Amino acid sequence: MKLVACVKTTPDTTAAVKVENGKATWGDAPLVINPWDEYAVEAALKLKEANGGNVTVISVGGEEARIALKHALAMGADDAVLISDPALVGVDPQAVAHILTAAIQKLGGVDVAFFGRQAIDDDSGTTPAQAARLLGWPALTLVSVIKVDGRSLRVERAIEEGRQIVTAKLPAVVSLVKDSGEPRYPSFMGIRKASKAEIPTWSLSQIGIPVPAAVIEHVTLINAPVREVVCELITGGNPQEIAEHLAEKILGEKQL
Amino acid sequence: MNTLVYIDNFKGEALPASWEAVGVGKTLGEVTGLIFGSGLEALAKTAFEYGVDEILLADDVSLADYRAEVYATTLKQVCADQGCDVLLFPSTSRGRELAAMAAIDLNTGVLVDAVALEANGDKLTVTRPIYSGKVLEKVTCSLKPQIITLRGRAFPKPAPQPGKTGPVKKVAAGSGALTTVDGYTTSEGGVSLTDANIIVSGGRGMAENPTLQPPADLDAKQAEIWRAQQGFAMLKEMADVLGGAVGASRAAVDAGYVPYAMQVGQTGKLVSPNVYIACGISGAIQHLAGMRSSKMIVAINKDAEAPIFKLARYGVVGDLHQIIPALTVAFKKGLGK
Ligand SMILES: Cc1cc2nc3c(=O)[nH]c(=O)nc-3n(C[C@H](O)[C@H](O)[C@H](O)COP(=O)(O)OP(=O)(O)OC[C@H]3O[C@@H](n4cnc5c(N)ncnc54)[C@H](O)[C@@H]3O)c2cc1C
Ligand SMILES: Nc1ncnc2c1ncn2[C@@H]1O[C@H](COP(=O)(O)O)[C@@H](O)[C@H]1O
Repeated sequence: MKLVACVKTTPDTTAAVKVENGKATWGDAPLVINPWDEYAVEAALKLKEANGGNVTVISVGGEEARIALKHALAMGADDAVLISDPALVGVDPQAVAHILTAAIQKLGGVDVAFFGRQAIDDDSGTTPAQAARLLGWPALTLVSVIKVDGRSLRVERAIEEGRQIVTAKLPAVVSLVKDSGEPRYPSFMGIRKASKAEIPTWSLSQIGIPVPAAVIEHVTLINAPVREVVCELITGGNPQEIAEHLAEKILGEKQL
Repeated sequence: MNTLVYIDNFKGEALPASWEAVGVGKTLGEVTGLIFGSGLEALAKTAFEYGVDEILLADDVSLADYRAEVYATTLKQVCADQGCDVLLFPSTSRGRELAAMAAIDLNTGVLVDAVALEANGDKLTVTRPIYSGKVLEKVTCSLKPQIITLRGRAFPKPAPQPGKTGPVKKVAAGSGALTTVDGYTTSEGGVSLTDANIIVSGGRGMAENPTLQPPADLDAKQAEIWRAQQGFAMLKEMADVLGGAVGASRAAVDAGYVPYAMQVGQTGKLVSPNVYIACGISGAIQHLAGMRSSKMIVAINKDAEAPIFKLARYGVVGDLHQIIPALTVAFKKGLGK
C-alpha cells in the first residue's frame, strides 16, 4: 500500500505562547511534531506493517517543517518530502489543503492519506476534509479504529453521540483521534537514520500549482484575557463541614 | 443579508449549539434554517420556536445517516439555488466538516470556532482562539459567502417561543455518496460533555484511596483501576445529583480508569460548562486547554501547590475521597433532592 501522512511542526503544548509586536511568540520553547500528527504517522506505520507498502510523510512550511518530518522518519516512515516555497509566507490552512492535495497527486497512486485531527497552532481542524473534497476521496475524519479489507476500509469515527461505523473504498483520506493507538517512540536506530536523511524539497511549481490565494484576512492577534480569579480556599472543620460550606458557596453562585 | 444556518441533528435531535447559531444568525437579520436528514417534521417545528424564519428541508432516506459527501453536495445545491451571503454552522464534528467542504465547493473561505462576531456592514469579523486558547485572533474573509462555525456555549441559546411557526420549503438531497454507514456504537449515555452545564472531572487522584479493599484476585494494576472506578462511580453520583456529566484527565484515561470519550483537554474534548469541578487533577497546561473557558472552576486536591488552584474560584485542599461523598450529600440537601 502506498501511504502518506501529513505532518506539521508546532510549538510544544507547554509553550507559553503570547503576542508580541502583533505576532505570536513562544520564546525558546521547543518546536515539535503536532501531537495529533504522531497518531497519523502511527496509523500509517501500523497499516504498512499489516499490509506491506511504504509510508511517505509530507509537510508544508519553512525549515522548521523538517522537525516534524524527522520525527516521523525516526518513528519509521520511509520517505519525507518538504514542500517549501518563498511564496508561502502566512498561508492559511485552506491554501495548505490545496498544496497537500497537489503533492498527494504528484506522488501518485496513494491509497490512504493520513492527517491529524487538527494542528495545535491554528486549531483549525479543516484541512483533512478540505483535502478530501479537493481529491474527490471519501473523508473519513475523527477515526479511532481502522480495518482494511482488500480495497475497502472500515473505520469507527468518534462523534458526539458515540461512534459511527463507516465503510469506504480506497483511496481515502483519514484523520485520526487519540484513541487510534499510542504513537511509538522513535527508536535509537530511527533517530540515527532520520538525522542522516536527505529530505527533498519541492517548490510549488514542481508540484504544478500556482501560489494559492489566501482567503482569510488576519486583522489582529490578542493575548487571551487573563483570568482574574482569587481562589477562596474552604478550610476548617471535618470533611462534612467543609463539604457543606463548599456546596453553599457553589450554589450561592447560581450557576447550577 | 441572506443568512443560512445549518441545524446539526443526529436522528432528528438537534445539537444545542445549533440553536446558539440560530441566535447569532438572528442578530444579523432573518434566518433561513437548513435541516438535512430523514423524518424531521418535529425538528422543523422546534427550529421555528428557536427563532428560525424559514426552513429549507432536505428530508430523504439517503440522508438518514450523516455522510459528508452527500451532505456537502446537498448544501452546495441549496446555496446555488437560494443564494447565500452568510452561512453559519455550530462547531460540532459534522458542522465543522461541512463548513470546511462548503468553503471548497463555493470558492470561499471558512472561519472556524468563532467565540465572538462583529458585523461591520456586510463584513463579519470573527474572534477565534488559537494555540489552544492562549491567543485570540480576529479574522475576516473577503469572499462570499462568509462561512463561519461557532464554538458551542460561546453564544447564548435563544429562549424558545412556543407555537411560533413559518414556511418549510423542501429541497432535493444531493448525490455523490462515497461511504456507507454500517451503524453506531453509542457512548455510555447521560449528558454529553460538550453540552454540559456542569462537569465533574476526575484525574489520577481518583485511584488514591488506600482505605478501599479490592477483591483479592486482582494484581496491583487491576487493583488501581478498580479503586479508580469506585472513585469515578462516586463522581457519577454527584454529577447525577447536579444534572451534569463526568469528565477525566488524560492521566486517568491513559491509566485505563475511563474511556477516551471522557477526556477533557488539548487532545480530548473542549468544554465550557458553567461549573467545572476538578477532583484529583493537577491542572497541567494541556488539561487547562480543554476547560479554561468554564465559567467557574472548583478544585479539590490534596496538594495546595497544584496549578489547578490558580484558575479555581473555590478550592479544597484535602482528600477527595472524603470530600466528594460529603459534597454529594450537601448538594442533595441544598437542592432539596
Ligand atoms: C501532547 C500532550 C497532550 C496532552 N493532552 C492532554 C489532555 O487532553 N487532557 C489532559 O488532561 N492531559 C493531557 N496531557 C497530559 C498532561 O500533561 C498531564 O499529564 C495530565 O493532565 C495529568 O493528569 P492528572 O492531573 O490527572 O494527573 P497528575 O498530574 O498526576 O495529578 C494528580 C493530582 O491528584 C492529586 N491527588 C492525588 N490523590 C488525591 C486525593 N486522595 N485527594 C485529592 N487529590 C489527590 C495530586 O495532588 C495531583 O495534583 C497531554 C500531554 C501532552 C504531552
Ligand atoms: N503545513 C502543513 N503541512 C502538512 N500537513 C499539515 C499542515 N497543516 C495541517 N496539516 C495536516 O492537517 C491536519 C489538520 O490541520 P488544521 O486543519 O490546520 O488544524 C494536521 O493535523 C496535519 O495532518
